[in-house]
Amino acid sequence: MENKEALINYCLRLGDSSLILGQRMAEWCSNGPILEEDIAMTNISLDLFGQSRMLYSYIAELEGGTNEDEIAFRRNEREFFNTLISERPNGHFGDTIARNFLIDAFSFHYYKQLVKSNNEVISAFAEKSLKEVTYHLRHSSEWMIRLGDGTEESKIKIQNALNKVWKYSDDMFDVNDGDKSLIESGIAVNPEEIKEAWNETITSVLKRAKLTRPEDGYFHKGSRNGVHSEYLGHLLTEMQYLQRAYPDAKW
Amino acid sequence: MVSENEIWKLLEEVPDPEIPVISIVDLGVVRTVQIIDSKVTIEITSTYSGCPATGVFIEDIKSKLSENGMDNVDVKMKFSPAWTTDWLSEKGRVKLKEYGIAPPENEPDKSLLFAKPFIVPCPKCNSKKTKMISQFGSTACKSLYQCDDCQEPFDYFKCLK
Repeated sequence: MENKEALINYCLRLGDSSLILGQRMAEWCSNGPILEEDIAMTNISLDLFGQSRMLYSYIAELEGGTNEDEIAFRRNEREFFNTLISERPNGHFGDTIARNFLIDAFSFHYYKQLVKSNNEVISAFAEKSLKEVTYHLRHSSEWMIRLGDGTEESKIKIQNALNKVWKYSDDMFDVNDGDKSLIESGIAVNPEEIKEAWNETITSVLKRAKLTRPEDGYFHKGSRNGVHSEYLGHLLTEMQYLQRAYPDAKW
Repeated sequence: MVSENEIWKLLEEVPDPEIPVISIVDLGVVRTVQIIDSKVTIEITSTYSGCPATGVFIEDIKSKLSENGMDNVDVKMKFSPAWTTDWLSEKGRVKLKEYGIAPPENEPDKSLLFAKPFIVPCPKCNSKKTKMISQFGSTACKSLYQCDDCQEPFDYFKCLK
């Protein structure tokens, strides 16, 4: 069962990316620009937490002797495999929308392929998540258009937000050696396969939003091997505080 | 010993924790009921993966059956096939509307972008002049609408297929 380690690591990649973005969206709770957006963003957060739970409970089953909470709240920074872009700070509303738009478009196309995985749990995860992510992509795309094609001020802000986050986008397409073997055996999907579809979605929404697609230049990478930006540590200290200070706390 | 049918009947008395007018059976969350050697196994599928009601479903099912003398009960999560609004019963749809929540229209809102959200009749006055206020509502399964005729804001149970 040499594939087990690779499978667990791949599930962490998927689950952690959902969890960390979910935590970012939860930070918006009570800080949304309008009430409806506050509700929308926390709804999205909840979907993302649910998605990560599906994978964490599967990992707990594979590993034995652990559980979802331990996986989420007792691991250190270098043991997380979420994408770099998912840990980007919220910034202003436009920064959040630009970040989520690039992620949602990726998840939408990726899960569409991942439904075909020959691993039952991963395929069920993709099937369920795809339905939810479809709504998320719609939400972030509509805001890209509204802000890009809005006022002079909103256009500048969303364009700058997009330019800033762009260099973290390619990291979503990274794979490690374990992934390669899982791709070969039909469990995982190679992100390269969906790059064209992702590009098309990005280009068509940006066109409609009257925004300029940033130039591809230097891209930050490393998350596939657990190397993160400075932001993840800060996020974890807040997210894990309770379980670290009071292990197994119940109420 | 009770039969599987009787358990289904009991589960019809367990209300959805967030929309208490419909039961978890009407909602389509309960997928299978099985009795093997006096052990009851129930499979449920949550509506949205992050639905906070899921934990409550499990507790409520167990306490309902326990009240009726069944303590050997296992409630399992079933992820595939994913929940769809097709599983919402006809009775459930009627009850939702009476409660003021517009039941899901038969078409899922797949118009990813660009298309207008489709028409959802007002559950109060049946007017078709309604507008979507927000894709996301008070719970994961609902969107927020408003009626242009009677001005009533209302929840729409999103179609999910």
